[in-house]
Amino acid sequence: MLSTIIHSRKLKTLINVIAFILIVVAIGFSISFGAVDIEIKTVWQALFNFDSTITQHLVIQEHRLPRAISAALVGAFLAVSGALMQGMTRNPLASPSIMGVTDGAAFALVIALAFSPTVTGAGSTIASFIGAGIAVVIVFVIGTLSTGGLTPVKLALAGVAIGTMLRSISSMISLHFQLEKEMGFWLAGGLSGTDWDAVYILLISGLVGLILALSISKSITTLSLGDDVATGLGQNNFLIKFLSILAVLILTGAAVSIAGAVGFVGLIVPHIARFVMGTDYRWIIPSSAIFGALLLVLSDVASRMVNAPFETPVGAITSIIGVPFFLYLARKSGGTK
Amino acid sequence: MNYNEERKRRKFYSIFILLVLLLIGTIFLSLSIGIIKLSPFDVIRTIFQQGTQMQELVLFDFRLPGILLALLIGAGLAVSGAILQGITQNELADPGILGINTGAGLAVVLFIYFFQDTFPVSGLLSTFVMPLFALIGALTAAIIIYALAWKKGVDSIRLILVGIGINAGFSALLVIFQLKMDPQNYRQATVWLTGDIWSANWNFVLALLPWLVLLIPIALHKASTLNVLRMGDDVASGLGSAVEKERRNLLLIAVALAGASVAAGGAIAFLGLVVPHITRKLIGPLHQYIIPISALIGAVLLIGADTIGKNILAPTEIPVGIIVSIISAPYFVYLLMKTK
Repeated sequence: MLSTIIHSRKLKTLINVIAFILIVVAIGFSISFGAVDIEIKTVWQALFNFDSTITQHLVIQEHRLPRAISAALVGAFLAVSGALMQGMTRNPLASPSIMGVTDGAAFALVIALAFSPTVTGAGSTIASFIGAGIAVVIVFVIGTLSTGGLTPVKLALAGVAIGTMLRSISSMISLHFQLEKEMGFWLAGGLSGTDWDAVYILLISGLVGLILALSISKSITTLSLGDDVATGLGQNNFLIKFLSILAVLILTGAAVSIAGAVGFVGLIVPHIARFVMGTDYRWIIPSSAIFGALLLVLSDVASRMVNAPFETPVGAITSIIGVPFFLYLARKSGGTK
Repeated sequence: MNYNEERKRRKFYSIFILLVLLLIGTIFLSLSIGIIKLSPFDVIRTIFQQGTQMQELVLFDFRLPGILLALLIGAGLAVSGAILQGITQNELADPGILGINTGAGLAVVLFIYFFQDTFPVSGLLSTFVMPLFALIGALTAAIIIYALAWKKGVDSIRLILVGIGINAGFSALLVIFQLKMDPQNYRQATVWLTGDIWSANWNFVLALLPWLVLLIPIALHKASTLNVLRMGDDVASGLGSAVEKERRNLLLIAVALAGASVAAGGAIAFLGLVVPHITRKLIGPLHQYIIPISALIGAVLLIGADTIGKNILAPTEIPVGIIVSIISAPYFVYLLMKTK
């Protein structure tokens, strides 16, 4: 493991700082790349010397900048959610998309749209929190009630089943209310419609969710040693689990309401973060946020390049990156449990 | 012993006859319900060529081919699931979960994408070529899954996890290719992927029929092998069965059945999983009984789901795959909770 080589805090900090600088570079690249390529120099001017009479500056300020920032935030949120879930359940396959959380959020969004077509911004975010919550509760109830607990395989299968069912009901509603297009957008995942409102929603939820996640990160480390050990060390497991589920709901709900069901970010990134940072969640959680942001900004750029001038849903890109990784994990841990 | 077997056989025959009656009843119900209602009496009269011209049109050109397709697809998927569960010794195996359906779907979408000019989708030739493409796709998916799950033998849990992964990967590729299509083909592909008996005409019935007529009897012939395989690899090889070879042959049959069904009915999830379970509950673990009963239950379930989908939110038609998922996902979760 790489983490055994990286002992010093300085080196870990350095890696995070470098990754953060890479995000800034990637965001710059993301802004300059598009239907019309804009020079980096112009991007710089648009950011720090804005002139509303220049079209390119307007394009950058109104479309490309909020989009790039949203991509970074959504990536960070999904990755942190995944890290929390993996630490809490000690399950390498736990992540928002595998557990049907993203499908749950999309489900509630479709219902909200069907019964109140004008719902926007905050309303759809709240709907998506509720939907994500429903899915989490269902999966955990299945876990608690099933014989032998929630093993990685069972978790994956329960997620697939709940996800498929919620998606089926969403399809039914969307077919009846003729919302297929909106529905398709959420299921595939994409960032093309993001504006500053989206960024504000993400920032507010992110502030709450990320602070919550960081404040319990030490307890998550203890929890990842096992429930018994954590209890033995005098930790209130129920409270910690409740708080981390709350953080997952806030983060995933906000991410899905803006970008739709973007899969596999929450699965891969925490593994990479653990590989580099070791077992301490005080390091894993911030690193997950940074790596996740980087991954999604780059995936968003790729989603515009694969089939230019058309956009490919960013969820398809992250799946293609994520599937080989999932297969690797399945081969590694699948036979032992 | 003898008495016991006799009793089992009698039970099998009575359930078989009951299900055939149920099937006929469902078909009648499905024939008569719809936007244009026909009374059962009208249906019988029309069958004997005594109905009005409109009744004949509704019955023979629209409803009957759809119902027969549902019957064939339901039977095909259910038998495929029964075989897969037998050979993997895993009660949660199913062509949908294992990614075989998505593999077939990807092949069909690629076919529509590359050959839409050479073979018009609605044309007669493509009706018969498409199942072949679906079969190739299903087979490719099966080979990839089998190869990736191989690590000194195939562990059934690893098989399922790899299947879930392959499923996600193929779905992503599907989305990318779909978006490159023109709107009409796009719509067709979308409906197709949710599982829909989308172009219910007699050509499709004729294209699918030979596959089932050929493959289900072969599966039935192999029933005793399946019984042995289900006891586990060690017992099977101890009893003198060439485990890997038999498993490969049976896998081929299951994949062919799923591929052909998917070509006509789209990616219908969970049916192949749930039906064999219900069947085992009814009739026990012997495959010579499981295969025919699964086929019948699958047919009844799919015709029923199709009828519900067409009428529950009329005039909106809900693809049958959606109805099947909503009905069977809770049952799947229940099974999941019970297995260790």
